[in-house]
Amino acid sequence: MTGVAAEPPADVGVATNGVTRRAFIRTAAAAGGGLMLSVSTAWGRRGGVGPALANASSAAPEASFSPNVFVHLHPSGEVEIVVARSEMGQGVRTSLSAVIADEMEADWSRVRVVQAPGDPAFGDQNTGGSQSVRTDFQRLREAGAVARRMLEQAAADEWDVPVQECVGSAHEVTHVPTGRTLGYGALAEAAGNLAVPEDVALKTPDEFRYIGRPMDGVDNLDITTGAVVYAADVRLPGMVYAAVARCPVVGGSARSYQAEGALAVPGVIQVVELAAAPTPPGFAALGGVAVVAENTWAAFEGRDALRVDWEYGPNATHDSASYREALQEAVRAPGRADRSEGDLDAAFAAAAQTHSAEYYVPYLAHASMEPPACVASVTDEGCEIWAPVQDPQTARDLAAKLLERPEESVDLHVTLLGGAFGRKSMPDFVLEAVSISQQVGRPVNVTWTRADDLQHDFYHALSVQRIEGALDASGRATGWLHRTAFPSISATFEDGVDRPTGGELNLGCMTVPFDIPNLRCEACPAPAHTRIGWLRSVSNVHHGFAIGAFADELAALAGRDPKDYLLELIGPGRVIDIWEGDENAYGADKNTMPYDTTRLRKVAEVAAREAGWGRRLPPGHGLGIAAHYCFVTYVGTVAEVSVTNGALRIHRIDTAVDCGLVVNPDRIRAQLEGAVVFGLSLALHGDITMKDGRVQQGNFHNYPILRIREVPDIHVHIVESDEPPTGVGEPGVPPVAPAVANAVFAATGQRIRELPIDVTTT
Amino acid sequence: MAKLTVTINGERRTVDVSPEMPILWVLRDVLGLTGAKFGCGMALCGSCTVLLDGEAIRACVEPISSAADKTILTIEGLSEDGSHPLQVAWRELNVPQCGYCMPGQIMNAAALLARNPSPTEAEIDEAQRRNLCRCGAYPRIREAIRTAASRSAATGGGGS
Repeated sequence: MTGVAAEPPADVGVATNGVTRRAFIRTAAAAGGGLMLSVSTAWGRRGGVGPALANASSAAPEASFSPNVFVHLHPSGEVEIVVARSEMGQGVRTSLSAVIADEMEADWSRVRVVQAPGDPAFGDQNTGGSQSVRTDFQRLREAGAVARRMLEQAAADEWDVPVQECVGSAHEVTHVPTGRTLGYGALAEAAGNLAVPEDVALKTPDEFRYIGRPMDGVDNLDITTGAVVYAADVRLPGMVYAAVARCPVVGGSARSYQAEGALAVPGVIQVVELAAAPTPPGFAALGGVAVVAENTWAAFEGRDALRVDWEYGPNATHDSASYREALQEAVRAPGRADRSEGDLDAAFAAAAQTHSAEYYVPYLAHASMEPPACVASVTDEGCEIWAPVQDPQTARDLAAKLLERPEESVDLHVTLLGGAFGRKSMPDFVLEAVSISQQVGRPVNVTWTRADDLQHDFYHALSVQRIEGALDASGRATGWLHRTAFPSISATFEDGVDRPTGGELNLGCMTVPFDIPNLRCEACPAPAHTRIGWLRSVSNVHHGFAIGAFADELAALAGRDPKDYLLELIGPGRVIDIWEGDENAYGADKNTMPYDTTRLRKVAEVAAREAGWGRRLPPGHGLGIAAHYCFVTYVGTVAEVSVTNGALRIHRIDTAVDCGLVVNPDRIRAQLEGAVVFGLSLALHGDITMKDGRVQQGNFHNYPILRIREVPDIHVHIVESDEPPTGVGEPGVPPVAPAVANAVFAATGQRIRELPIDVTTT
Repeated sequence: MAKLTVTINGERRTVDVSPEMPILWVLRDVLGLTGAKFGCGMALCGSCTVLLDGEAIRACVEPISSAADKTILTIEGLSEDGSHPLQVAWRELNVPQCGYCMPGQIMNAAALLARNPSPTEAEIDEAQRRNLCRCGAYPRIREAIRTAASRSAATGGGGS
């Protein structure tokens, strides 16, 4: 907690008086040619500053009470709650602010949510790893509780009574013995003069007002009226629009280019060259040639008319089909053992039955509905950026480094993210916009086309895995060998990374939940030839698929029911601890948030029960089950599918989640529903292929995502839990594909060992 | 360049642009109406959906010349205050996740309800089949359209 301040420090000015320096000017050229100006932050009504406040904002409200960077109470009684994590649909703006409001006993109708700019003053802002609720829950409760405690103290001082007799509730403090009340707004000034207490009592769960209740999304009105401002919607005076021609092969660069054709397109203003990214590229912009124009369409048309002579570089021979073959060879030889228990060779030598299978998952693209987009304005004085970024501090830091200026000279406004799924953890598109604005000396709005997005992504790694299993005479699994080969995310940043890291094996492979005495997890060679990045649940996508599918294969080998066998593989409830030190693979305290297979069993059982496991099914139908732990959350999924005349149809998905204490049940449901759809997209459709180093897909016709008519009945089951709350953005994804694959086997006897699922081949 | 007159959200606007410029970019970059979104540029995702004389069209490919002397309705003009039955149902059911596709989803559904006030689930799926949502809000999109339709039917009102 920071000290008391009537106003927040200038560098977090967005919290109260941000409408001056950090505001942006929306301009719209009226039909008659006039210029309409209105001031707004990146948010509309409930979120951010609407026109009324904006007009009143030149003088910051006096005597506001800001016990910390997250809470600002005005004498009017209005509370601004600052959300420092990025909103990409997972609901943090609603759920995190509700946590603060709950402990503060603020009236939700008087809360306005403000988005924090990228600034270390807010602590960790990186929005990834399904960690916002998990890591912020406690500190935000404390931020709210401190505010309430100080308001109670201010009232006690006013009445000259003991603070223990004063209770903050529903936006006012009551003196319990006399029934006197003072509203929060009236106490703001006095509370602002108090010292911030070190320790405050938090509510007990039965006292929660908003936590545990379904809260309506704070941006719903703006979203449904088109008022929300995404990055591409930002309008600045003198702003131009740009599209960038980038080398189709990662590691390439422009040898030369001819701009004449582009400059001949009406509306095109200028063509500028952008420096090529280093090798490996990291988060750097890829470089290329930018066409700057009066509108987005002219920029696109101008770019199409550019002629660029590319030097393609060493990745120009990369071919995903032959790469897959190379990885298949790789997993047939021993790799680097990252987890090894028991005597695997002895287990296989003594086995009654052994089995092996190889699994393939292709490159995947994020394909958020909002392609990467950024507005940047670089002037002599500073740099202002509006961007949909998951990691605003890194984006700001790298922009400052690119400009060779101090970080404080860069203002980074986090807009709403129009979907992200990990793509917007990589700020290359921000740096690109900054570089263009710096060169043209004007604010620039850079929009990526869908082809740009699909062909210049940081891809989910293509992978090949081999699992070998040994069973004893009773069908019990006694040996498990898992080899995994895929290009590492680390290879995007460092030279010499030729296979997955231990951190990546920790995402599903080494964390295999099965109680098998002889077990080994190996990383096999797979040098990278493109940019690899994080995609919703990361390596858990392919590890969860292979493990979930192989468990089903072992069940068949043992002649057992797949659900019963899965539970037997997981074994009796126990804590899995494979980590040195106190942190697990997700940076959580393994002592307070242990990996407890009791909870994994439970979600598998709940999903199976709710899906009617064992019930009589229509002809051609099958049920499949999978369960997976990741990001400290447990999900079990059952799929019901049918295959008729070579057509696979998903009828129903039951997915059960244990994410600890429920913060916002509506968003948990929404995230799990969305994870099922995301999981089905990659199970049924996702397939990025590369030839001559280039991505062969360019839009939704050849990189399809799930459509509404493919969506099954989705039933989300939340398992009640008193454990600490954990995230739900990612964990729902991994079990979907294996549950569907196993259901296809149940329906047809066809084993699915590669994605996307193709039931027309055998 | 050509001068074209289009009625947008009830207001007559004259624009002086290339007649081939897609409606989306006229709305967004010339007129400052940013509610319709760019998602694919090839009429494949529906994020840019607006109504042209009441029909749902993909503004990212439809040239502005095709709208000359016609009427365009965008999400900004669907209602004064977000009170269209679809907008209301969308909020009640907390349909939006990231929200980016939602203006297009809602406008597409508005055209559906205008011509078919009581669509079946299959008709909803058929109408919305070209509106993509990467967040996977589809189950709630379906439900919101059903909810809005049932209310409109109950009050005898149309969908627009």
